[in-house]
Amino acid sequence: MSAVTSAVRLPQKGAALVFLQRYGVYLAIALLLLFNLFFTPNFMTIDNFRVQFIQVVPVLIVALGMALVIGTEGIDLSVGAVMALSAAVIPLYIGYGPLPAAILAVLAGCLIGLANGTMIALIGVQPIVATLSLMVAGRGIALLVADEQLKSVIDPGFLALGRGTIAGVPYSVLLALVLVGLVAVLVNRTTFGKQLVSIGGSRRAAELAGLPVKRVLITIYILTAALASIAGIIQTARLSASVPSTVGNLIELSAITAVVIGGTPLSGGQVKVLGTVAGALLLQLIAASLIKHNVPDAYSQITQAVIILLAVYLQRGKAVLK
Amino acid sequence: MTDQLSTAAPAPVLEARGVGKTFTGVAALQGVDFTLRAGESLALMGENGAGKSTLIKVLTGVYQPDEGQIFLHGEPASFAKPVDAQHAGISTIYQEVNLVPLMTVAQNIFLGREPRNRFGLIDFRKMQEDARALLATYDIHVDVRRPLRSLALGMQQMVALARAVSIDARVVIMDEPTSSLEAREVETLFRVIGMLRSQGIAIVYVSHRMDEIFAICETVTVLRDGKVVHNGRLTDLSRVELVALMLGRSVEKVKRGGVTAFGEVKEGEGEPVLTARDLSRKHQISGIGLDIRPGEVVGLGGLLGSGRSETLKAMAGVMQLDEGSLTVDGKRVRSGSVAAAIKAGVVMLPEDRKAEGIVPNLSIRDNIVLAALPRLSRAGFTSRAKQDAIVDVFMKRLRIKAASPNQVVSELSGGNQQKVMIARWLAMNPKVLLLDEPTRGIDVGAKAEVQALINELADEGLAIVLVSSELEEVVEGSARVVVLRDGSVERELRGSEVTEQHLMAALVGENHAPADESPAEIKERL
Amino acid sequence: MSLALEPSVGPATTKQVTRERIAGNVQRYGAAIVLGLLLVVGSFAFPTFPTVSNFTNIATQSSFLLIVAVGMTFVILTGGIDLSVGSVYALGGILAAYGSTWGIAGAVLLPLLVCGTVGILQGLLIAYGGMAPFIVTLAGLLGIRGLVFALTNEGANTPLIKDASVTALGQGGLLGLRWPVVIAVVVVVIGSVLLARGRGSQTVLAVGGSESAAVLMGLPVARVKFSVYVVSGLCAGLAGALNAAYSSSGVPTVGVGLELSAIAAVVIGGTLLTGGRGNLIGTTAGVLLLTVIQNLINQVGSLTSSVQAVVSGIFLAVVVIIQTVLSRTQRL
Repeated sequence: MSAVTSAVRLPQKGAALVFLQRYGVYLAIALLLLFNLFFTPNFMTIDNFRVQFIQVVPVLIVALGMALVIGTEGIDLSVGAVMALSAAVIPLYIGYGPLPAAILAVLAGCLIGLANGTMIALIGVQPIVATLSLMVAGRGIALLVADEQLKSVIDPGFLALGRGTIAGVPYSVLLALVLVGLVAVLVNRTTFGKQLVSIGGSRRAAELAGLPVKRVLITIYILTAALASIAGIIQTARLSASVPSTVGNLIELSAITAVVIGGTPLSGGQVKVLGTVAGALLLQLIAASLIKHNVPDAYSQITQAVIILLAVYLQRGKAVLK
Repeated sequence: MTDQLSTAAPAPVLEARGVGKTFTGVAALQGVDFTLRAGESLALMGENGAGKSTLIKVLTGVYQPDEGQIFLHGEPASFAKPVDAQHAGISTIYQEVNLVPLMTVAQNIFLGREPRNRFGLIDFRKMQEDARALLATYDIHVDVRRPLRSLALGMQQMVALARAVSIDARVVIMDEPTSSLEAREVETLFRVIGMLRSQGIAIVYVSHRMDEIFAICETVTVLRDGKVVHNGRLTDLSRVELVALMLGRSVEKVKRGGVTAFGEVKEGEGEPVLTARDLSRKHQISGIGLDIRPGEVVGLGGLLGSGRSETLKAMAGVMQLDEGSLTVDGKRVRSGSVAAAIKAGVVMLPEDRKAEGIVPNLSIRDNIVLAALPRLSRAGFTSRAKQDAIVDVFMKRLRIKAASPNQVVSELSGGNQQKVMIARWLAMNPKVLLLDEPTRGIDVGAKAEVQALINELADEGLAIVLVSSELEEVVEGSARVVVLRDGSVERELRGSEVTEQHLMAALVGENHAPADESPAEIKERL
Repeated sequence: MSLALEPSVGPATTKQVTRERIAGNVQRYGAAIVLGLLLVVGSFAFPTFPTVSNFTNIATQSSFLLIVAVGMTFVILTGGIDLSVGSVYALGGILAAYGSTWGIAGAVLLPLLVCGTVGILQGLLIAYGGMAPFIVTLAGLLGIRGLVFALTNEGANTPLIKDASVTALGQGGLLGLRWPVVIAVVVVVIGSVLLARGRGSQTVLAVGGSESAAVLMGLPVARVKFSVYVVSGLCAGLAGALNAAYSSSGVPTVGVGLELSAIAAVVIGGTLLTGGRGNLIGTTAGVLLLTVIQNLINQVGSLTSSVQAVVSGIFLAVVVIIQTVLSRTQRL
């Protein structure tokens, strides 16, 4: 249908629909909170929110990177494997102290990002298969690095990342906030950000306008991998153990979901940083609300599926217009 | 062929009476009456926005009319979707070839109605034979097992046409079918159109090219602001009268302006700003040399495969060169790098504005500053104030019509999009502007503005290279014309030689234009 | 004047046509060639590799993935993707186990009915709702897995298959081949015939090749897009049911990541991920390749499944890189 409909000026959409498309995810969060306020005991408490925020951090950080990649009309399925690799590297170097170990973990993850970016930007492989191959290979590498073993991490400085707080706010949440801020600035206030969305909007036009398309693309896949590595480190700190076999499993799906319900179209050309944050929060709050009402995990998964469909259905008009 | 109309007017095949169509309160068509008879070839004319495409969409079932009625063979008809119109015998040929590139010629012709054997399975042998036979009736001989994309564009368009008429079409609507065709391919298209008409098939022809309209159409329907302003025989109208009808201006006013909006053109003086020597790339161009001086517009003439677009691409760094050098202000420019070319001051307006030019989802502001962004930023951080200053200047100067700089560029008309593209490059303070078909696909009014702008920029000292498939644009817009043929420079026309006759003679490789031949006659032989 | 004689009009010279043909063939048969090489090398390297029992083993292991990959091939040919097959596969297994109380008919029909319905729902949303396949089937992946867990008390239950006729469907066989292998071969053959010469086949290719052109040509684009997701759902359900019969139980956690293996097999088999070109012989070779790699790694003994993941991943990367480079040659 696209060809015919896109040639046609769509009739003006209803104001309600436009509102939903733009603010639907925030509205959903508000409604959910309202529901919990009345029907869920002990939901609207500081303690509960602290727990929710801590839990949402890994997905949120991964989703930030995913939003960048999706903005270029790409996708990154390897983020879970990157988390696993960075988790696997931590115990190897934790003897040198938490910071060097973390830096090495991020660097290791960036190598996967570099491989993704090279295949996609220089060779022209489609993002979905390129990152699929590294998703499979990356987790294998992570397991080999870790000797296929779970290793506990006991360095107190490192564990503080999972447990410490400043004025009641956990370090990991603060770190996530800083990263959100950095990504928001990157997208909205820098040349790089504009180049990113231009590539997503029309790669050919970006090339002919003399933009460094390949460099930008490679950088973005590396950035995404770096963010995923940070998520892997935080997860490891929280678990006090490096578990490369399971850490970050299926996180690519949650991250993509958060990005999409946050209003970033899969067709690229736009990045909604705040929307992504809201999308990740919404997923987390839904899961939490269902758990508090003793709804089995199975149903929360089904609910999540329905919400994705609903969110994308509402945004459908935008995609057609493009 | 014209006597078909005069001897006995055949019954109308397709008619629209009082058709109206409104989009959110804006009337795109109002009380349109339209008649098409068997074997007739009708030109549908009008500026962009006049309602041509809406009318075509109503006739082909993409839209349903809000009022009025369509009649097919005298019977009321309504098409809920394009397929219905196709089944009723109305086929459409679009500007871009709408076939499947990966599939073979035969598969494309028979898509959706493949011949089947008695087991219900597709009979490929019969399909190929039928396809071969069908194409042969139009004197087209091509290996039907080849994937469509391995064919030249013109041949692809021919396959599309063969497909259209083989579905028992009584009416074929052609929406700018020649915009990407070579002159020679256009000739073949016209020949096929002639054959179709002799079979009683009616043609609706939409084109911005006056030459073509007058060459193949007998009648014309002119639309303006959604209404029919003229209906009649084309031979009763002169070109100027037709343009006047389309624009809604007086004939005198149009005449004074000439066919294009170019003013006086002059050759540049002084040292060349751009010097190209021996530009070569295997199979595409060889040994091309050019000197472009500040303040002049140099036309780059040539047929489609002549290497004219490739030469522009080579100079703009889009295409890697095997050999040759490009110097701007005495400094050598690295080949194959757009960034290097831009840095040296050479910028190109690409031919395909929609796919290669604009970034559709971004705002006018973002599109204008796209290339200049690093200069408008400090340490990678963008400055809104600096952007606004530049955007403001160019939107005013180029008269870009938009609600605000924040408007998404894909909502603009073709002409305004083109101006945004020009603004993007002017913001880079270029020394040389390479224009590849700057007025293709934009309406008459915007075309004139763009042409006037080219003039103005040259007067201000910019060096401009102009490629256009419209001869009058090249001839009237350029001070001199370098003509390419088969990837090399055929000859250069200067001063009084810059005429359509000389240009056409050079295009086909004749050194001197015979004085007694008119342009139309030369075209006939192309 | 015959147009075919005109020089310089066509972008493709004879040399380019030849190159294009070679590139096309490598893309089409590359997986089969590599598979042949691997079989030869494996046979020389490991005496335990080229045995009848090992080959039947490989065949059985491949059969489930192959059936899923057939459905995936149809989807990818239209330029779509189906991420839900792993979950649908698990659902098919669970339903086969529950349905086996009504004998073999229940064990086969119940999964086909429900998984077909899943395909119908996804197909409706994609073809008629205009939603992106990636998203719809991603929701399918999550939602159906949720459904599987809901049906099995959060995965705590593993319904067993007690009916002998149903287990025979998994364990029994014909001419030394297990039924799943026979069925997989039948599915591939039927699929191949349909794809090569069936009614809708050309539309499938046209939709993948250029959807807008297909719409303007008046082809039943929506119907074809809808159908491939139904086919994919049915294939995944069938494969899941056969796997349950083979292992005598419906395991809720089975098939996680199966969609990725299926996509990898299809792509390795030479089907363009953008759609419009591909075939099931390639897909079969792709599936066998993945299984043989796994088998060879097991032959070494000291290597683990992590090594296998690394090899498969790198193999996929190499294949798509070669494919991309080849198709670039073709575009010349």
